[in-house]
Amino acid sequence: MAHFTKATSVKDWLNQRLAIDKVEKVMMSEYWIPKNINFLWAMGMVLVITFALLLVSGIFLLMYYQPNVDTAFYSVNYTIMRDVDFGWLWRHVHGVAASVVFLIIYIHMFTGIYYGSYKKGRELIWVSGMLLFVAFSAEAFSGYMLPWGQMSYWAGMVITNLFSGGSLHADGLVEWIRGDYVPAQAFLTRFFMLHVLLIPLAILGLIGLHFGALRIPHVNNQEGEEIDFDKEAKKYLAGDKAGSKVMRFANDFMSKDMMVVGIYLIFFFYLVFWNYGFAMDAVNFDPADGLKTPAHIYPEWYFLWSYEILRPFSIDIGLIAFAFAQVIFVLLPWLDRSPNTVPANRRGLFAIWFWVMLVNLIVLTAMGKLPPEGIFSQIGFVSAILFIVQWLMLPFITMFEKKV
Amino acid sequence: MKNKEPLILAVVVIFSLITYYLVEPYAHHVMHKHVESEHFAYADLPALDKTGDATRGQELVVGAGACTGCHSIEVAGMPAAMEPQMAAASYGVNPPDLSNAGVVYDEKFLAQLIKNPAHALKVEHKFTEESGKMHPMAQFFGAGGDIDQEAADMVAYLKSIALKAEEVTPKIAFENACGRCHAMSYENWTQMGEKPSFKDKKDELAFDIKVLEYQDSLKAYMGKLPPDLSMYIRSRGEHFVSTLMENPQSQLEGTAMPRVGVTAEMAEKVIEHMKDSGDTKRAERESVGMNVMIYIIIFAIFALLWKKQVWRDLH
Amino acid sequence: MGKAFGAVAGVGAIASLYAMKKSWDPLPSVRSAGFTTLDLSVYKENELVTEKWRGKPIFVLKKTADMVAKQTDAQKARDIEVNGAHYMVCIGLCTHLGCIPAYEPAKEGFLCACHGGQFDYSGNVTKVPPPRGFDIPPFKIEGNTLVLGEAGPEYTKMKENGITL
Repeated sequence: MAHFTKATSVKDWLNQRLAIDKVEKVMMSEYWIPKNINFLWAMGMVLVITFALLLVSGIFLLMYYQPNVDTAFYSVNYTIMRDVDFGWLWRHVHGVAASVVFLIIYIHMFTGIYYGSYKKGRELIWVSGMLLFVAFSAEAFSGYMLPWGQMSYWAGMVITNLFSGGSLHADGLVEWIRGDYVPAQAFLTRFFMLHVLLIPLAILGLIGLHFGALRIPHVNNQEGEEIDFDKEAKKYLAGDKAGSKVMRFANDFMSKDMMVVGIYLIFFFYLVFWNYGFAMDAVNFDPADGLKTPAHIYPEWYFLWSYEILRPFSIDIGLIAFAFAQVIFVLLPWLDRSPNTVPANRRGLFAIWFWVMLVNLIVLTAMGKLPPEGIFSQIGFVSAILFIVQWLMLPFITMFEKKV
Repeated sequence: MKNKEPLILAVVVIFSLITYYLVEPYAHHVMHKHVESEHFAYADLPALDKTGDATRGQELVVGAGACTGCHSIEVAGMPAAMEPQMAAASYGVNPPDLSNAGVVYDEKFLAQLIKNPAHALKVEHKFTEESGKMHPMAQFFGAGGDIDQEAADMVAYLKSIALKAEEVTPKIAFENACGRCHAMSYENWTQMGEKPSFKDKKDELAFDIKVLEYQDSLKAYMGKLPPDLSMYIRSRGEHFVSTLMENPQSQLEGTAMPRVGVTAEMAEKVIEHMKDSGDTKRAERESVGMNVMIYIIIFAIFALLWKKQVWRDLH
Repeated sequence: MGKAFGAVAGVGAIASLYAMKKSWDPLPSVRSAGFTTLDLSVYKENELVTEKWRGKPIFVLKKTADMVAKQTDAQKARDIEVNGAHYMVCIGLCTHLGCIPAYEPAKEGFLCACHGGQFDYSGNVTKVPPPRGFDIPPFKIEGNTLVLGEAGPEYTKMKENGITL
């Protein structure tokens, strides 16, 4: 058994039991961060703050929300929006944060792709990050069911139907997921459970894994420079703060994190109070009606690109393409055969690959929302093919990349 | 080393804005038909060039015009002859009380309504010769004199008994313009009127049954039950609601909904009432929003100053 | 500067606590439902009727002439007199631990099954453990009706005299 002595202070008492000094060093003051990074490295903190906003606003919504097909719409639009003091604020924060969190996730993800931050020991960060993306997608989808408006109902109908597997006609599976022939009470209650319990638990676990996977390889930097963290840390601790290539996570980088968070929150609260329509679709203010599909039905913007990969093909090919799109990003560390961990602009063909991928995803996103008619349909088809071709090409264009 | 951050920020912002533009303003522009407001001018209806005489109008309304055969005029001491659900069973919808018709509706519209209801209401497609159906409101063919003068007289009478425009509350405007076909449950409104609070469950159920009977007649008359408008200001938006009132056919071709015929001022009041139901916290949202913005800007400034101080030693 | 920033962030956290506290408050719809009107003409003598006010049982007992004649000053002080008739109107919860006592018309008194407390027909304690008689809800006499939830002059007087909490 460890040896305990009479504590000289509360801090000492805790130290003997929890080693808080050591934890503080490992996680904060001697968690070394390269100086050679830009504000894109603060997106992790922005995501933490956004997640916290989702959690807090969600708790208050949970106090008044009723997961019942007869009362859900009323509890959201009457009780929460009209009756509860500041209920509208929680709903707006929750809805806007749920949408904006995906913008930040996409920025975070493409930062990683651009700077090659998924290579050489950082594979697990990438994989856990992509699992978080999947978990957030499930969280967003299940949350979208809860107001039980027209979009909730029809999104629930369409997305669960994906699981029939096209020609496989796995209707039993669809009914199993729904607990009914159509989205009804069982469906609403189980998606409520998923949204407030199971998926949040998974997200919390994955966030832990994501942070843990980052600690040993350290964060990447914007030049792809290999830094000897021990040597640079010694230099910093010896007093040569300006000469060292690294800085402390807290308070050095934390202060910059907070600055970025401050600017982000200005943007965020502007959306919450004045421009929330993009995150709270008008159609969902009509109560669910199982006998009437809205004239235009589309997912939230962050699902549009993968939705568009599904849409232009016949059902079976569409489902295969859709499944491909869902998993392919996870495999990036292994599809990229290049030996270089440097920014894309120094990687020749990969730079082109990167920008085409980014622009193509935006095109897919736009086409996913526009009605699938005429030219939009054709552009969507070409973009979907391009997306698949790009991923198939990736191992080949990176295999022959020269070492820089 | 050159500071790349402004360039990176520009790239992030530009790509985000392009995406936003494509999925929001542009996509909605493509998906939804754009209908220009006509500012409630009712340009298709003939101008009212005769000066009406309210006294003669009154004689016509209760006499030869036979308005009071179906319509009540509460302010003139003429209550409804039957309960709303009975009236709806006879006419499809409860004929409106005319107390405030003169202020809620446009005068050109009213005059045309008297002479040719289906035309004024833009529902001629429902009452064609093939359909064999007649509009429940009988056309007025004149009482022997100049029909335009007689219509003007009746309009003058209706105006003389109505409230003044500034006395009309958003609620009154809504009840007159929309409330006999549309419920607004969040404001406790049914097509039969406001739902009273009942102590006895039996009385409440009896009232509910009357509402259901009313709705059945309405459904038969309109083809389907007109929707509850509690959240319509959020699900449709102000522009849609306003242009729909002005001319339902412009937004929903072939709809059974008649032209509402309200004045521009009353249309604003109707929309105000819809906001009172579906967007009650709009003023609070503005004021809380301003305070939060002021705070968050101060927060960002202090964060910036802290960062500058910490980073002074790092370079 | 770090401390200053921390202070600003702290102010924001406290301000958001205000919104959180307000969200926990009873809803306006709950508050407005806090009034109950009783029509006193329907009650029969020595027959206990249990009404409901703010989710709590309300005992209404119209006293017989005999009860009125024999009652002490302490009992009389709790009477609500409307149009010459005397009523006991109380929150029907034992002041010991909140059970609902039963009325026994023959004995003209209440017995609480939980711990054996007893009350007379005016709501005064006749046997411990209850620390005091039944509480009287805020009431206002309006003609032949009684509005619960609103404090009228008769109620204010009872409260001042310490007859109810």
